[in-house]
Amino acid sequence: MIEWSLFTESWPAYASGLWLTLQLTALALIAGLVLAIPLAVLRVSPNRWVSGPVWAYSYFFRGTPMLVQLLLMYYGLGQFEWIQGQWDAGSRFWLIFRDPYGCALVTFALNTGAYTTEILAGALRAMPHGEIEAARACGMSRFTMLRRILLPGALRRALPAYSNEIIFMLHGTSIASTVTLIDLTGAARNAYSQFFAPFEAFIFAGLIYLAITFALVGLFRIAERRWLAHLQPRKPLRKAA
Amino acid sequence: MTQLTVEDLHKRYGDHEVLKGVSLSAEAGDVITIIGSSGSGKSTFLRCINFLEQPDAGRITVAGEEIRLVKGKDGHLQVADAKQLQRLRTRLAMVFQHFNLWAHMTVLENVIEAPVHVLGVPKKEALERAMAYLDKVGISRFKDSYPAHLSGGQQQRVAIARALAMEPAVLLFDEPTSALDPELVGEVLKVMRGLAEEGRTMVVVTHEMGFAREVSSQVMFLHQGLAEESGPPAQVFGQPKSERLRQFLSGNLK
Repeated sequence: MIEWSLFTESWPAYASGLWLTLQLTALALIAGLVLAIPLAVLRVSPNRWVSGPVWAYSYFFRGTPMLVQLLLMYYGLGQFEWIQGQWDAGSRFWLIFRDPYGCALVTFALNTGAYTTEILAGALRAMPHGEIEAARACGMSRFTMLRRILLPGALRRALPAYSNEIIFMLHGTSIASTVTLIDLTGAARNAYSQFFAPFEAFIFAGLIYLAITFALVGLFRIAERRWLAHLQPRKPLRKAA
Repeated sequence: MTQLTVEDLHKRYGDHEVLKGVSLSAEAGDVITIIGSSGSGKSTFLRCINFLEQPDAGRITVAGEEIRLVKGKDGHLQVADAKQLQRLRTRLAMVFQHFNLWAHMTVLENVIEAPVHVLGVPKKEALERAMAYLDKVGISRFKDSYPAHLSGGQQQRVAIARALAMEPAVLLFDEPTSALDPELVGEVLKVMRGLAEEGRTMVVVTHEMGFAREVSSQVMFLHQGLAEESGPPAQVFGQPKSERLRQFLSGNLK
């Protein structure tokens, strides 16, 4: 027996949960990407003192569950008196870590930043050596080469792997519900306790996640057609008039 | 006017001395071909000229300006001023064996890239210049294609247009036809022949003996890191003095 009233009565709660999910996903991805681009460049440096710290950062965030990271951030930081002192003093920066939204966003951004750094670093390493030589041979400075040749090539090549990361991130934000946030999963849990209909409550959320995932996959297919055209089979050339 | 001089260039990898003091001087309009068997150091020599490889000793002067060098801590030569090297590299355009076009850019984007972002040529002017050079190498109808969608010969002609768009003092060719299918070699050689006839200064490392004999003003035969013989093609091909050159030629002229 399906509890249909759950869908008709609680969809506004789902809608606002969805809005929070989308917000967390988008902001974390943007911040993570902004962080990852310079870190990936440092990560591929032959100098260990430069690449080492980036390696340590990405090793930690990829090596521990995101849930543990979030719990550390939300419950763990408050244990330190110095941070409590900062809160009492009204430090805007440290107050971020008293707020569940701030904790979730920072955790997600650092987590996706770590994965994205490795994806981009891999794409940078895969840059054909000849293209770098051609850039050097025509007198490009290191910065111009990075800006015009290395990053555009690497970002394009990273696109398929990065689209997976975006989908993982969308699904990963569901753990925000463990720190009192009412995201899509949180809304489903509330509906469950209100209607005592766990299957309906969670399948509703699941279907919404599924729909967004499909939409994202479609968007990335378009993006790949646009930016990875140089790696796809040749389209028949129109005969010159 | 002298466009390029290389004096007493040395290069070693560990214990193996690849170049044992090779010199070269190119006047405007000279076409100097460098021939020799694999491992003779001819590609290394060419790559040392624009510092894609670090020479261990020697002097290089491009269009009257000597590349300033200092001894580094490890005893190897280093460029004293990276900005100067970058500037002089724009005077030495290179065409590679494997084309090395930038894969994510279209043909036209490849050709305007360095003029716009290195030389600072306005984009409109760079586009006009690019189209003229693409026309010259006969590839303008592929201007919006990506390199991977072209044949090797077409890619190499784009690479030549890219080099020409820098309007360099000297064109350096590093075995430009060695990676091509035999039936595609001709189209690239034809373009290079045209450039030579226009009076462009070129240094060409090649295995194409026909091209070396007919087009070059001077031929240099490298053997084990030394210029064993050099001179006008009629002399080098017609009356080879050394036994090694005779052997090399008899193996390569069929």
